[in-house]
Amino acid sequence: MKHDTIERSIPLMVILTLVLISIGGIVEIVPLFFIKSTIEKVEGMRPYTPLELVGRDIYIREGCYNCHSQMIRPFRDEAERYGHYSLAAESMYDHPFQWGSKRTGPDLARIGGKYSNMWHQAHMQHPQSVVPESVMPSYPWLKKSPLKYEDIEKRMQVLAMVGVPYSAEQIANAKKDLQAQASASSDASGLSQRYGNKVPKDDFDGQPDQISELDALLAYLQMLGTLVDFSSYQAQAR
Amino acid sequence: MGQQANQTLFYDYDVVKKFSIAAVIYAIVGFLVGVFLALELAFPDLNTTLPYLSFGRLRPLHTSAVIFAFGGSVLFATSYYVVQRTCKTQLFSRFLSNLTFWGWNLVVVLVVITYPLGITQGKEYAEPIWPIDLLITVVWVAYFINFVGTLARRKDPHIYVANWFYLAFIIAVAMLHIVNNLAIPVNLTDSYPLFSGVQDAMIQWWYGHNAVGFFLTAGFLGLMYYFVPKQAERPVYSYRLSVVHFWALSFMYIWAGPHHLHYTALPDWASTLGATFSIMLLLPSWGGMINGIMTLSGAWHKLRTDPVLRFFIVSLSFYGMSTFEGPMMSIKSVNALSHYTDWTIGHVHSGTLGWVAMVSFGALYHMVPKLWGVTIYSTRLINLHFWLSTVGVVIYIVAMWISGIMQGLMWRAYDSFGNLSYSFAETVAAMHPYYLIRAVGGIVFLLGALLMAYNLAMTVRGGSRQTQAVAR
Repeated sequence: MKHDTIERSIPLMVILTLVLISIGGIVEIVPLFFIKSTIEKVEGMRPYTPLELVGRDIYIREGCYNCHSQMIRPFRDEAERYGHYSLAAESMYDHPFQWGSKRTGPDLARIGGKYSNMWHQAHMQHPQSVVPESVMPSYPWLKKSPLKYEDIEKRMQVLAMVGVPYSAEQIANAKKDLQAQASASSDASGLSQRYGNKVPKDDFDGQPDQISELDALLAYLQMLGTLVDFSSYQAQAR
Repeated sequence: MGQQANQTLFYDYDVVKKFSIAAVIYAIVGFLVGVFLALELAFPDLNTTLPYLSFGRLRPLHTSAVIFAFGGSVLFATSYYVVQRTCKTQLFSRFLSNLTFWGWNLVVVLVVITYPLGITQGKEYAEPIWPIDLLITVVWVAYFINFVGTLARRKDPHIYVANWFYLAFIIAVAMLHIVNNLAIPVNLTDSYPLFSGVQDAMIQWWYGHNAVGFFLTAGFLGLMYYFVPKQAERPVYSYRLSVVHFWALSFMYIWAGPHHLHYTALPDWASTLGATFSIMLLLPSWGGMINGIMTLSGAWHKLRTDPVLRFFIVSLSFYGMSTFEGPMMSIKSVNALSHYTDWTIGHVHSGTLGWVAMVSFGALYHMVPKLWGVTIYSTRLINLHFWLSTVGVVIYIVAMWISGIMQGLMWRAYDSFGNLSYSFAETVAAMHPYYLIRAVGGIVFLLGALLMAYNLAMTVRGGSRQTQAVAR
C-alpha cells in the first residue's frame, strides 16, 4: 500500500494509528496479569488494617510520593541504607502503587519500626528539629485534625471489589479494630486475630484523648516493609 | 487589511484566540508555581504551617498547570488554527469548539481548587479525581470529533503531515487517559484504582511516559510541522523522512514506559524491553529534529533577523538534545545512577522548557499577530525573551545535572572501611546551592514569559485600535 492511499483517508489513518500504538502496551502490560512469577510467593503479606488504610490515604493526600520512593533497588548501597530490595508481592495490595519516582527524601519502603513514635511526632511537627539538613515541610495540622473514618467500611468494600482480600468479618469490625489499634491500653485480641500478632498497636500521636490523622499516618509508616519475613524468603529468577 | 478581514471571516479564529490567551496566562501561572516550589526546596520554611502551600500538594499543581493547562491550551489553539488553514475550511462545529474551550478551562479550575485541598488520586501526572477525569474524557471526545470533522471537510485530498501528528496525539491521549484512570469510586472525591502494585506501576508509566511521547512530543511535532515551514517560508525538508519518522515514533514511543521502573519489582523482561525501545527511539526522534532544522535550508540567513525563527531552531536543538539524553538515561547502568535524582528533573525540563515551551512561544509569536490582523508590538522584546528563555533553561539544567549526578554518586560512595560515606541528610545538604541556582534559572525563564505576555497584550491592543479605526 502506498502512503498516498493512507494519507488520503481519515479512517485508514485513525485505524492504523490506533493499531500501532496499541501493540506496545498490550505486549508489556497484559502478561503481567498472567505470568505467575511476576508476584513472588511470600509469607506474611496481609491487607492494611483499617487505621493503616486511612493513614495511607493521608500519605496520598499530602503527596508524600512526590519526594519519597517506596521501592528499594537491588544494590549494595541501598541494601545497607534501606534494607532488602523490594518485592512485587509487598505492594500487591497497593491501590494505587506508591513506588514513587524521586528521592528528595529517603526511601520509605522499610521505614516501619526504624524510628520511635516520639521521633515521628517531633519530625512531623517540625522535621528540622530532628534532622537539621531536612527540606521536608512541617505537618503540624495532622496531630490537630481528628481522624475521619465514618466511611471506612465502604473503603474496604471498594478495595475488596478490586481484589484486596478483606473478609466480611474484617469489614464488619473495621471501626472497632481502628479504635483498638490507635490506643495503647485497649483490648486488641480481635485486631490480632484478624490481622496477626505483629500489628503495631499504640497511641501513635502521643495524645491519648483523641484519634488524630497523625495516629493513622504513623500506624501506616510503622508497618511499611515489616510484613514479609526475609529470613525464610528464597529469591527466584524472574 | 481587506484580505485579512476576509481571512478572519473565513477561518473560525474565535476559539483559537481564546486558547491563545489562556495559554499565555497558564504559562505564567505554571512557571510561577514552579519557581515557588524550587524556592521551597531551598528554603523549607516557605511551606508555611498551613497545608495548602505544602510541597507535596503544590508540585502536582505545577506539573498539571504547565503540561495540561499551558501545553494543552497551546495544542488546542494551534491544532484548531493549523487544521483550518491546511484544510482550507472552517472548524467543524462552533458548539464543539466552545465545549472544548470551556470544558478544558473548567478542568483547570477544578484542578486548581482540588489539589491544594489535598483532593487527589495520587497518581503522578494523573492526579485529578474521578469526576474531573470523566469531564476530561467528554472534552477529549468533543475535541476528536471536532478535529476529524474539520479534516473531513478538507479541500485537498491529502491530509497534511502536521495533522497526522495532531491526530495521533488525540487518539493516544484518549487511550492512555482512560486505561490509567480506571477506578471504583468511594464517594464524590475518592476512588481506588482497579490495578495495584506492579501492574499499576507498569500502567502508570505506560501512561506517564506517553504523556511525554504523545502530549508533549507528537502534538508539538504537529505544531512544528506547520509553524517552522511557515515562519521560514520554506517547504518541509523531506516528505519521506516525515512519513518514516511519524510511523516509527507512534509505534515505538508506547513501549518506552518501563524505563521508569529499572531495577524495581517490575520483571526484568519488561524493563529490558522498555530500554530497548527507548534506545531505538533516538532514530525517529532525530528524524523529526533533522526534518525541522533542515527545513531552514536556503533560509539560514533569516536567523540573523528573525527571533521567532530562533525560538524554533533552538527548541528543535533542545528536542534533539533531550531525545539523546533520554535514551542514554534508559540504559540500565546509567539509570542506576540517575534514577530518583535531580538528573531526571533536569532531563524533563530540558525537554519541557527547551523544546515544548520554546516551540510554543515561537508559535504564539507567529500566530497572535495573524489572529488579530496586526503586526507584532516589538521584535526587540521577542529577541530579549529568546535570550532569557535560552539562558534560563541552560542555568536550570546544568544545576540539575550537577546536583543529580552528585547525589547519585554520594548515595553509592563508600569509605576505605567499606562503610557508606554519606548519610542521606548529608546528600540533602549538598543539594542546597544547586536548588538555589535552579530557582534562578526558573526565575529568568519566568521573566521571559512575562515579557511575552506584555508584548502579546500590546500587540492585541494595537490590533483592537486598528479594527475600530477601520470600522468607523
